[in-house]
Amino acid sequence: MSSDPFERPRAANGRAPDVFKTGGWIPMRQHRDVDEVDFAIVGTGAGGGTLAARLAEKGFSVVAFDAGPYFRPLEDFASDETAQEKLYWNDPRVVQGADPIVMGGKNSGKTVGGSMVHFAMVSLRFRPEWFKARSTLGYGADWPIGWEEMWRYYDQVERDLSISGPITYPWGPPRPRYPYRPHPMNAAAEVLARGCEAMGMKWTPTPLATVSAPRGEAHPCVYRGFCRFGCSTNAKQSTLNTYIPRAIRAGAEIRDLAMVGRIETDAGDRATGVHYHRDGQWRFQKARNVIVAGYAVESPRLLLNSATDRHRDGLANSSGLVGKNLMTQPNQAVYGKSKDEIRWNKGPPSLAITEHWNYDDEKDFHGGYCWMGQGPLPIEWAKTMTTSRGIWGDELRLAMQDYNYQVGVKMVGECLPSENNRVELADQKDRYGLPVAKITFGWSENDKALIRHALDQMEMSMEAAGVTDLFRQEEDANHLGGTVKMGDDRRSSVLDADCRSWDVPNLFVCDGSVFPTVGGVNPSLTIQAIALRTADRIEQLAAHGDL
Amino acid sequence: MTERSFPGYDVLDKRDTPSWNDATRSAIDARLAVPREPRFFSSDEFATLEAVCDRILPQPADRQDPVPLAAYVDAKIFSGQLDGYRFDKLPPQGEAWKIGLAALDHEARDRHNARFRDLSRADRDNILREMQQGRLEGDHWQGMPLKLFFMKRVVHDVTDAYYGHPTAWSEIGFGGPASPRGYVRMDKNRRDPWEAAEGKPGQEERALVENKHVV
Ligand SMILES: Cc1cc2nc3c(=O)[nH]c(=O)nc-3n(C[C@H](O)[C@H](O)[C@H](O)COP(=O)(O)OP(=O)(O)OC[C@H]3O[C@@H](n4cnc5c(N)ncnc54)[C@H](O)[C@@H]3O)c2cc1C
Ligand code: SF4
Repeated sequence: MSSDPFERPRAANGRAPDVFKTGGWIPMRQHRDVDEVDFAIVGTGAGGGTLAARLAEKGFSVVAFDAGPYFRPLEDFASDETAQEKLYWNDPRVVQGADPIVMGGKNSGKTVGGSMVHFAMVSLRFRPEWFKARSTLGYGADWPIGWEEMWRYYDQVERDLSISGPITYPWGPPRPRYPYRPHPMNAAAEVLARGCEAMGMKWTPTPLATVSAPRGEAHPCVYRGFCRFGCSTNAKQSTLNTYIPRAIRAGAEIRDLAMVGRIETDAGDRATGVHYHRDGQWRFQKARNVIVAGYAVESPRLLLNSATDRHRDGLANSSGLVGKNLMTQPNQAVYGKSKDEIRWNKGPPSLAITEHWNYDDEKDFHGGYCWMGQGPLPIEWAKTMTTSRGIWGDELRLAMQDYNYQVGVKMVGECLPSENNRVELADQKDRYGLPVAKITFGWSENDKALIRHALDQMEMSMEAAGVTDLFRQEEDANHLGGTVKMGDDRRSSVLDADCRSWDVPNLFVCDGSVFPTVGGVNPSLTIQAIALRTADRIEQLAAHGDL
Repeated sequence: MTERSFPGYDVLDKRDTPSWNDATRSAIDARLAVPREPRFFSSDEFATLEAVCDRILPQPADRQDPVPLAAYVDAKIFSGQLDGYRFDKLPPQGEAWKIGLAALDHEARDRHNARFRDLSRADRDNILREMQQGRLEGDHWQGMPLKLFFMKRVVHDVTDAYYGHPTAWSEIGFGGPASPRGYVRMDKNRRDPWEAAEGKPGQEERALVENKHVV
C-alpha cells in the first residue's frame, strides 16, 4: 500500500505520482514562491487541469494548486461507496432556500483532477442554439461565444479524452466520429432503449469518457460500475490521468494539498499572486496572471474572500454578479421494477441516453432535458428509496432486496438563471479560518414545469418498456454553474468571452461557473472546450502584448 | 412482500479474488473492525441510539453478527467526517443527534413514563413516524425541523451505515467490490459466476451450489 495521500503532499521534490504505475513517479519542474510564474491556477479539475496542460504546452510557466490530494487510482481507490467519500469536497458549506442543494459527493470533488475523478463520464455537446439562447430561443442569456467555434473545441476534447461513442449521433449538426467504439449496452440501457422506441423517440449509446479499448497505459473499462467513486483501473479519462500528466510533461507544476485562501492585488487593478496553505503554513506565490478554476461554489467564494478596500464587494465584482445566478441541473428520476434480473450495478451507469427533449421545442416552458440509464450502488439506492418513498424499517429492508430487478432513468435538465439563487459567504469559518460558502437555491416556476414534463415523459417510457411499481424521485439536483458568468457587457457579466475579468485584466476564471446558461446536458465537455479555447485566446493575447 | 434469499452467498468470500484490490481489502477490514463502544456519545445516549437504529433498520432476529449500526453513526461523528453541507436549519451532525436522542427520551417519558429504549417496537415506531411527519412538539426539540432531521440525518446516517456493510450487500444479492475484475455478462438475466445466485422458489438448492462457487 502506498503512503497516505492526505498526510503530506505527493507532488514535491521534483516529482509527481505516475498515475499509471504502482509506486511510479514522473519528473516535475518546480518553482519557488518568489519566482513570478506566468500563471497561478487555482483548481486542477475540468477547467484548471485542462488549462494547465494547454498553457504549459504553449510554453508558459504554470503552477496549478489543488486543495485536495494527489491520488494514485491503482493503489488508492477502493471499490466502495463509503471509503471513496475521500474524493469529495466534504468541508462545511451551508445550504438553504426553498430547495437546498445537497453538496458533497453529489456535487463536487476535492482532488487533483477535480470532480471528473468521480464524474459519471457522460460527455455531451451543447445544442448549438443554447449558445444564443436569448436571441434564438427567447430565454436565459446569450453566450459571448458561437457554436461553430465551440464545435471545433469539442472535436479537440473528444480526441484528447478518446471518447467512446456511436458512429452517428442522432441529434444536432454533424460531428466527427467518436474516437473509440461505443460500449456494449447493459440490461438497464436496453430498458431505456425499449422505452424510447415505444414512445417513438431516438436513443443512442452514450458518448462516454471511458475507453472501450486500450489507450496508452490505460486499460479498457472492465464494467465494474464504481465510476462515480473513482475508477481504479484508469479506464476513465478524467483530468487526473489525461491533462494533468500532459501538463507536468510540458513543464507545469502541480501543488496538491494546497488551499488558496486569497488572491492578492496591487494598489491598482492587477492581481500579483495567491496566498495558499500547504505543509501547515500560509505561503505566497507570485504570478503575472491568476486563473481561478475552483467550480461554481469555490470560485465565487475565493473572489468574495479576496475583497480589498478597493474591491469592497469582492474581486472582479463591479457588476455585483459574483456568486449570483447559481444554476444546478434538475436530476429527477423515475424508477421501477423489471421482471428480469437487471443488475444495474454492472457497467458505467449511463450506457444509453435520449436527448429527444433537448431538440423538440413543442413544450410550454423554456429549456430542455435529456435522460439516461442509471445504476446506483446500494447506499445511493437506499437514499433514493428513503427520500422519495419515505420508507424505513422492515419496509425498506424488504424493498432493498429487489435491488437486482430495479431499473430507471434520470434526467439532466436545464435550470434558468435567477439572481435569487446564489453563493455568498457565511459567518461560519473553515479549518483555514476562511468564511465558508452559503448556498441559496430554489426552483423557478419554469424549472418546476420542466421537471414535471420530464417526470411524466420518463414515467411513460418506463411503463411502455414494461417496468412496474414505478415511483418518482422528485428531489435531486446536480452540476453547478452561473456564479461567475461570461458575457458581452461588463455591467451584466463578470468575465468577457476569454474568461477574463472585466475589472482585473490579469485575472481569469475558467470552470463551470462561467456558464451564462447550463443547457440540458452534463457540463464537463463544455467546460473543457472552453478551457481549450481560453488557452488559445491567452496565447493570442500574449502574442499581441495584451496580457 | 416476502424476503428474497441468496442461500450461501457471502460477499466476503470474494475477499481474496480478483474482485477485490488491496485498497478495498483494507477499507473493508477497517469497517469490520469498527469499535463497538461509543466514543462520541455517552453510553446513555448510545443506548437510545441503538434503540433508534433497531427500528430504522431492523435486522433478522437469527442474524449471528448484526451490523453494529450505532457504532458506525458514532464513529462517523467521532472521526469528524463531514457531509460537505449542512442545512441552515439543522445544527451540526453531532449536536443534532444529541438533541434528537434526548428529545426522543423526553417523548417516551411524557407518553409512557419510560426510556425510549424500553418501549415496545410499535411504540418506538409510532414516535419515529410522528417525527417523520413533523407532528412532535416541544422545547426539547430545540426548534429542529423534524422532517428534515428524521430523513436527512437519522435515516440518512443509519442507512448509510447499513448499506455500506458487506452483510447488507449479501442480503440484497449485490456483487460488492469489483476491481480489477469487473463484470463480463451485461445482458438481462445473465449472471457472472462471481455474482450472487438467487434462491428463487424451487431453485434454492441450485443457488446454494452456485453460490459456493462464487469466488
Ligand atoms: C457525482 C458526479 C457525477 C458527474 N457526472 C458528470 C457527467 O457524467 N458528465 C459531465 O459532463 N459532468 C459530470 N459531473 C460534473 C463535472 O464533474 C463538473 O461539472 C466538472 O468537473 C466541473 O469542473 P470545474 O473545473 O468547474 O471544477 P472541478 O472539476 O470540481 O475542479 C475544481 C477543483 O478546484 C479545487 N479547488 C477549489 N477551490 C480551491 C481553492 N481555493 N484552492 C485550491 N483548490 C481549490 C477543488 O479541490 C477541485 O479539485 C459530475 C459531477 C459529480 C459530482
Ligand atoms: S465501469 Fe469502467 S469506467 Fe467505471 S469505474 Fe469501472 S473500469 Fe472505470
